[in-house]
Amino acid sequence: MTPSIKVEQAPSVQYMLRLADTTLILGQRLGEWCGHAPVLEEDIALSNIALDLIGQSRALLTRVGQLGGQGLHEDQLAFLREERDYRNATIVELPNGPGRPGDFAFTVLRNAMMATWLRLMWERLRESSDSELAAIAGKAVKEARYHQQHSCDWVVRLGDGTDESARRLRAALDTLWRYTAELFESDEVDAAAAANGLGPRWDALREPWLAEMQALFDEAKLPMPADSAFRSTGKRGVHSEHMGYILTDMQYLQRAYPGGAW
Amino acid sequence: MMNPAMRVTADEQRVVRAWEVLQGVLDPEVPALSVCDLGIVRDVIAAHEGLEIVLTPTYSGCPATEVIEQSVIDAVDHAGLGPARVTLQRAPAWTTDWISDDGKRKLREYGIAPPSGHAAVNQERPIRLVPRQAIECPRCGSKDTERLSAFGSTACKSLYRCIACREPFEYFKPL
Repeated sequence: MTPSIKVEQAPSVQYMLRLADTTLILGQRLGEWCGHAPVLEEDIALSNIALDLIGQSRALLTRVGQLGGQGLHEDQLAFLREERDYRNATIVELPNGPGRPGDFAFTVLRNAMMATWLRLMWERLRESSDSELAAIAGKAVKEARYHQQHSCDWVVRLGDGTDESARRLRAALDTLWRYTAELFESDEVDAAAAANGLGPRWDALREPWLAEMQALFDEAKLPMPADSAFRSTGKRGVHSEHMGYILTDMQYLQRAYPGGAW
Repeated sequence: MMNPAMRVTADEQRVVRAWEVLQGVLDPEVPALSVCDLGIVRDVIAAHEGLEIVLTPTYSGCPATEVIEQSVIDAVDHAGLGPARVTLQRAPAWTTDWISDDGKRKLREYGIAPPSGHAAVNQERPIRLVPRQAIECPRCGSKDTERLSAFGSTACKSLYRCIACREPFEYFKPL
């Protein structure tokens, strides 16, 4: 077994790690659809989106490795941390909806929510005081825009589709909505990032995100859900019960065959 | 000791030669195009005894990036211009606007519709079910085409079908 690594606790590193892990874990979840999506076109779409997300994560983890001062490689960061040291928002680690390999409505709704959030985030990060983060954002914002268009098209199609597609989408919304609150909560990590120009406070994204969700839900005939008092805490390292399983899948190879490469 | 003026000339010649060599390095996923046609070679710099080649990645997750890096190094080394070193430069972000006119012609001949117009898609609405811009069939030139799949066999393409000649074809997405 390869020993686990620890990452620098500096807010700038943690700020980037939250984004790196959010894209990494969503990419891993979407990868589970490969070979299982309802139609071939969407199988390709979900795998392509997963590939973009993992590519974005690789660039961010490489930057985290440079800033952390320990010379850590992107693979070490992706595969050798323990659960509490992953900083993704909880919403992305949730399984792909009920059933196996998951529920398509749940998957596209989460993708629409996350792609919208990521697009808003990348747009702002293009102005980051960290030139490498700004460069990553300049590339990623274009990808996020395409993901958003594709996922939102599907949300409209399912929400305004058959009784069954609308029922599944509403069920997905009921499950997912309470987890979106974490995406708009600020703490000392993003306050520090905003103060030194690294990136926006997460709560600054709430208004523009809600406006885009409102437009989407109107078109998809979905009700805007009420706010919930529930708060998930993945970005602080306290995850749902699902995180351990996804990490087991992800980490198996690097733990069993340390340094294994293609 | 080499005359410094001659040294500069020799370096310049190596850079010119390297650009010629890179014209022959093909994209592994779209072998109709060289890395130069694709617009991902941003610079070639004579550094010490070797050459530094500055590449910009197309998509964040494009699995061809590492293969391209290696092909570039191999080609420059093989031509005796090395040792070559590749530097990745992310900013400014690559755009399909950098595909040369010659590259667009080669794409069409290869059966892939080249990216249309400019990639300035910032103002597009996030929700847009129908219709999309008419894409010209690379085979018969008809604009009576429809999109089959938003994503394709590689990160950079989507899949279309020509209603007029019935042929499916790939479209290089504007980015």
